[in-house]
Amino acid sequence: MKGFLRDNYFERNDSTPKIILIYLALIVMTLIAVYPILNILAAALRPDNQMFSTSLAIIPKDASWANFKAAFTQIQLTRWIYNSAFISLLTTVVTLFFSTTAGYAFSRYRFLGRSGGMIVLLVTQMFPATMILLPLNILLTNLDLSDKLWTLVIPYVSTVVPFSIWLLKGYFDTIPVSIEESAYVDGCSTFRTFYTIVVPLSKPALAVASIFAFMGAWSEYIVARVLIHNESLYTLPLGLVTLQGQYNTQWGVYSAAALITVIPVMIIFVVLSKYLVSGLTLGSVKG
Amino acid sequence: MEGRAGKKPSVVRKSARGRRKRSLQQKWWTPYLFVSPSFLIVLFIILLPLLFEFLMSTYDIRLQNMMSLKEVGINLFNFPRIFKNQFIGLGNYKEIITSKVFVSVFLRTVVWTASNVFFHVVIGVWLAVLLNRKLPGKSVFRVLLVLPWAIPEYVAAVTWKGMLNYQFGAINVLLGKLGIPAINWLGNPTNTLIGATLTNIWLGVPFMMLIALGGLQGIPHDLYEAADIDGATGWQKFRHITAPLLKPVMVPAIILGVVWTFNKLSILYILKDGQPSDAVNILVLKMYRDGFDLYRYGYAAALSVVIFVILIVFSLVYLRVNRTSEEGEL
Repeated sequence: MKGFLRDNYFERNDSTPKIILIYLALIVMTLIAVYPILNILAAALRPDNQMFSTSLAIIPKDASWANFKAAFTQIQLTRWIYNSAFISLLTTVVTLFFSTTAGYAFSRYRFLGRSGGMIVLLVTQMFPATMILLPLNILLTNLDLSDKLWTLVIPYVSTVVPFSIWLLKGYFDTIPVSIEESAYVDGCSTFRTFYTIVVPLSKPALAVASIFAFMGAWSEYIVARVLIHNESLYTLPLGLVTLQGQYNTQWGVYSAAALITVIPVMIIFVVLSKYLVSGLTLGSVKG
Repeated sequence: MEGRAGKKPSVVRKSARGRRKRSLQQKWWTPYLFVSPSFLIVLFIILLPLLFEFLMSTYDIRLQNMMSLKEVGINLFNFPRIFKNQFIGLGNYKEIITSKVFVSVFLRTVVWTASNVFFHVVIGVWLAVLLNRKLPGKSVFRVLLVLPWAIPEYVAAVTWKGMLNYQFGAINVLLGKLGIPAINWLGNPTNTLIGATLTNIWLGVPFMMLIALGGLQGIPHDLYEAADIDGATGWQKFRHITAPLLKPVMVPAIILGVVWTFNKLSILYILKDGQPSDAVNILVLKMYRDGFDLYRYGYAAALSVVIFVILIVFSLVYLRVNRTSEEGEL
């Protein structure tokens, strides 16, 4: 009876010492994964006079929310959050639109230039992003597009689209064509089949692609630094980095602001985490 | 035209409902319609600047003449006219290849990339194997283990810089508690590189772990049961079932990992306060410094072309070596 119960919870082959070891390993690795994040929290909660302490405690003595208050009142944090949210959401929507259509074509059709196109996409990942910065800046300036917030969407989308296409193509490959065939038989057009059948079935991959697009835009620094000069257009990374320069001693405010930056992304991760595994099928299934 | 032949669905459709109007599916340009939006933006934002960069790498463009770049506009054909006195052909490349610094920076970049990706893959696959079993609470572990991925690179680098601080950093404090003398992480080049590697491993493991988990879930369970009947050990099962079946998933992930790590600018840049010397530089950092701090645009452009070529050659060779009959197209 006891063995039967045990089989419900654990693999049959895992002996008790092995299970204990597995838990131990997972706990240690989780601590390593989480500690640096808690370290930001500790710095944010610490009052100014304790900035330099050798304590490893997460909740410092005399913890206070003062730094969080300061982040919203002393610096332009709300403005930066608004700018970053706008850019990141726009990037996500545009990326999803572009990469679902292209991923679908690569998965379902055989056409001239198909494998060439896939390779071009992979190749675009291979040069340093810093490499296109200078020419990109010149090109966008000459088109009178620099120092506009929405312009950032163009480089952000184009850097994340190749990866999303690969990701979505891999996922579409796992969806049996027969489902679409029956829709065609019932008289659905190509586009309707795509949007009413294929897209809803691909939620996990779409979730992962959105995370990539959103994260990329939410945390990008170098491109924004080159293209944006007007302080009212600063995104979160730009703002946070200037903060480090301006208030050299105010680690607390910086940490509070960094934590506020990180929390929305972590929430997205936790909410979408069930999709994260099934959605990342990078070329796992034969094309 | 391969596409004109159409795919199975359209054939089925035609025979079943012949009277219905020809759908978009049957036109040869349907796939191109689907693909064109993303390719237009990739062409404009990536390939055009890329060509620009290639051209620039054959000129001697520096601080003194960089303003003329604005005159080029978006028309690349203006290049030879505006910079006709600066054309030096392969001069920049020659300077790169013959310099001693290049060799040492290149070797360092290789070590940096190899050690990072090695630990990403080993730790990632190991955690995935641990999590891919019946285990109460595993989804909590999974969520927490993925969290570093949610941290923007610059925030992670700044935080780790704090943790690597000689006097107050958490790592030295912890080492002290264990009776190990404090290490001057950011003071000497080797330690800085180790510190940067730790930071980057921390950031990169979740991606590999998720990729591996996705791959593991695709491996049929009865393979392991069959191996159990044959009395295989855990390691034998990993070597002969898990590893080969995980390979098709990991190969593209490893290529991406290598490319991303090779080009990872921000971590070393932030750890060294934006002033990395040639003793800790990796190629992409050297390029950034030459371009944006020393304004040697032509030279930096040539260096980025070199990086580009190295990565392409690596990817092609790696793909060739790992190509199995089934996943011929990755």
